[in-house]
Amino acid sequence: MRNAVKKSRNQGWYPYLFVSPFFILFCIFGLYPIFYSITTSFFDWKLIGASAPKFVGLGNYINVLRQDPFFWKAMLNTVILLVTGSLLQHFIAIPLAIMINSKAVKGKEFFKTSFFLPYITSTVSVVIIFGVLFDTNYGLVNWLIGFVSDGAKIRWLQESFGIKVVLSVVLNWKYIGWNMVIYLAGLQAIPHELYEAADIDGASSLRKHLSITLPQLLPIIFFGVALSIIGGMQIFEEPYILTNGYDQMGGHQNSGLTAAYYLMFTAFKAYRLGKGSAIAWLIFLVIIALNGVNRLITKKLEG
Amino acid sequence: MKSSIVIKKALLYLMLGIMAFVFAYPFYNVFVLATWPGDQVLRSPPHFFFGGGLAENYRQLITRIPFGRNFFNSLGIALSSTVSVIFFCTMAGFAFAKYRFRFRNQLYFFVIASMAIPGFLNIIPFYKMMVRFGWINTWLPLVVPGMAGAFGIFLMTQFLENSLPSDVLEAARIDGLGDFGILMRIVFPLARPAMAVLGIVTFVGSWNNFTGPLILLPKIEATTLPVALSLLNSRVDNNQGALMLGNALTLLPLIVIFVFFSKQIISGLTAGAVKG
Repeated sequence: MRNAVKKSRNQGWYPYLFVSPFFILFCIFGLYPIFYSITTSFFDWKLIGASAPKFVGLGNYINVLRQDPFFWKAMLNTVILLVTGSLLQHFIAIPLAIMINSKAVKGKEFFKTSFFLPYITSTVSVVIIFGVLFDTNYGLVNWLIGFVSDGAKIRWLQESFGIKVVLSVVLNWKYIGWNMVIYLAGLQAIPHELYEAADIDGASSLRKHLSITLPQLLPIIFFGVALSIIGGMQIFEEPYILTNGYDQMGGHQNSGLTAAYYLMFTAFKAYRLGKGSAIAWLIFLVIIALNGVNRLITKKLEG
Repeated sequence: MKSSIVIKKALLYLMLGIMAFVFAYPFYNVFVLATWPGDQVLRSPPHFFFGGGLAENYRQLITRIPFGRNFFNSLGIALSSTVSVIFFCTMAGFAFAKYRFRFRNQLYFFVIASMAIPGFLNIIPFYKMMVRFGWINTWLPLVVPGMAGAFGIFLMTQFLENSLPSDVLEAARIDGLGDFGILMRIVFPLARPAMAVLGIVTFVGSWNNFTGPLILLPKIEATTLPVALSLLNSRVDNNQGALMLGNALTLLPLIVIFVFFSKQIISGLTAGAVKG
């Protein structure tokens, strides 16, 4: 089927011409800067001041790993948010997909669409509105809490615990719908016969989901978790906007300072390009390591 | 037996209904708050219904940020990206789907693999490069590098492989159309559904892009809506009307697009995942 064009005489260099824009652009704007960032990470390179870049070898990496409390704080924050924001949502998205997929539910498209909408909203809009909802004195959340508790109002945006909660809520709210759609597609691909056999055995629906649905979804769970790790380790926009830019470095006790946020701060606020590049590569290594762990766990579960 | 099914069904709808409400309410709230005068946005109890401050908020909005310019920049960047992505990705997708050529598989693998590279890895040198090019505060760095994006090529290759009949191409060739003629006269018209998906997804992505314009468009007149809004958001200010209305106006085009094209958007944004 594919060799229809092959039979013709003059295909020559046309396919190369057609695919060339990607390769030209990718070499200039993708590959070249990536290699350049490896070199940059070996230099003490400040954007301001007249001092020329100085070669420091692994100096930036050593400095970041051994003497920089902000880096470790940021890594810890990122991992916490990875669990409470990016990974937790799989525990919500899967049951949600199962519910929508249930034969009893009509209006699947309606639910699918309404859960998906947050995914295509800009982070700024999402964070601004959640900032209002979680406002200490006037927010909807504290207003609702006021009905069941007389305690002091929770200062969501001014305390380190609160900032983490709000960021986790934002991340869950924004990405659950996307994961849900992926799992829904996965559910619809599971052969019905598997469930019919279990029905004959009289299995409960929880039992069926644990022993049929989850194992069948495993490849998709692996894929979804891998994407969550890649995305979660790069979280920057949400905390940056919620804690009002670079000046406060993630709010109270830097609790919103994520690894990517610290990278951006180092490069574009402190103007230390070499150190920033070193942080970028360290984050990259963590992403690879975590995805390795994900693969190991999945392999183990597959048995 | 029967009543237990009814109860189960009712519970299911109740839970889904609550979830749908949790997902939808913040959107409603954005539009409600946009209509309250700036000093009354934050109130206890919170607002659940519309107020009467829309006109004043608009006046505030256009005096505090160059809203028209920001809107124009957002729209211009998104449209230029969309048009060029559709063109270059359909062209490349056509080559990968319908031609046999040396290194085809290796090149396609390279395109797919490039999607796995995290965006922040090259951001510092990329910024320096844009400074040297003199592209800071112009639309170019947000349009040109992504004109032939890997995701679009993947999407178009998938589509054209499955739904562009090879005998149509054969017939066009017998009729004397060249490669470029086939691309323009046969491929583009037949690929319209997939081009629509790719175009909408590209538009939405560009409209929402924040980190890019934050770094590359530091001047407020040159920047896009999300960045201008974030600047407005970080100001300590008792008048929040401008911010709330600006937020609503940034959101509105997306919601309109989503209402009409939700099917295309969902299928486009989950394309790689659902098939992979």
